[in-house]
Amino acid sequence: MSDSQAAVPHHDGLHNPALLHHFATEEQQRDSASFGMWIFLATEVMFFGGLFCAYLIYRRWYFGDFAAASKSINAALGATNTAVLICSSLTVVLAIWAAQTARRGLMILMLVLTMLFGVAFLGIKGIEYKDKFEEHHVPGVSFSFDHQQIPGHPDQYANPQHAQIFFALYFIMTGLHALHMVVGLGIFTWLLWMAWKGRFTPHYHTPLEIGGLYWHFVDIVWIYLFPLLYLIDRHP
Amino acid sequence: MSNHSKSSPLTSYFAVWGALLLGTFLTYEAALIDLGRFNAAVALTIATTKALLVALFFMHLKGASEKLLKLVVASTIFFLILLLALSMFDYGTRSFS
Repeated sequence: MSDSQAAVPHHDGLHNPALLHHFATEEQQRDSASFGMWIFLATEVMFFGGLFCAYLIYRRWYFGDFAAASKSINAALGATNTAVLICSSLTVVLAIWAAQTARRGLMILMLVLTMLFGVAFLGIKGIEYKDKFEEHHVPGVSFSFDHQQIPGHPDQYANPQHAQIFFALYFIMTGLHALHMVVGLGIFTWLLWMAWKGRFTPHYHTPLEIGGLYWHFVDIVWIYLFPLLYLIDRHP
Repeated sequence: MSNHSKSSPLTSYFAVWGALLLGTFLTYEAALIDLGRFNAAVALTIATTKALLVALFFMHLKGASEKLLKLVVASTIFFLILLLALSMFDYGTRSFS
């Protein structure tokens, strides 16, 4: 520690303890952290991209069955969850703004609100999953999707096997998304703890920005999941 | 001096938030109208607009100066499109009985 301080041209009292010794400036340190996070998000895009690809292929093949299965999901809950996540993204940027302008109380309030929105999202998702379990729409031995009309074709029933593929994709994609939300809540618990201890200043709040990038990414995934899973051929 | 520069991001944050909520409402309403094959196109257009708003304003891609960061974002989008487009060209042009 004393070595790094000696290398800094400033007076010791002016040295920023938040600046790690292997970075030249605060800006370089911040850019490196955000660059690393964006590379991680690139791998996440490819990870979810594979699932979206599988979804697109099966949706093309079994469009009618996918539409019938999609119609059985409560779209109002999905829309509510979309709004909840959008609000949580707003509170994240407001928390960062509060850190930048040295408003500690507001920052803590916004972090708590973000986590409450996150918990609300998971709760609503839980209600949705409960419905699916009760309707036997969970892929597996007790799966049942008999005599469900294909939208626009009142004389045709959906193929339960094909509908099961939709529900498998639904549970894998929303489940992985929910897992990301749980991880996000863990990250924000840590951020809240750091904020509470007064670790974030207008000069140093990189963890908030990095955690925020993750949270917004998870929001973007949901922005695509909502219309693709909940709103296939919904019109009467 | 700080008041002038600090108040502008808040305006854009709330404007983006409003636009995102409006987009969600429009997605839901558009799905209830029969547009034939354009239902999916409308839904994906709105979703992409929303994703861009989040990325540009909430994730601060707009105004990002680092060229490396832009390269990462551009190559991410490129490889995602490569994955989806080539797969769909393949499966879309096969003849299954």
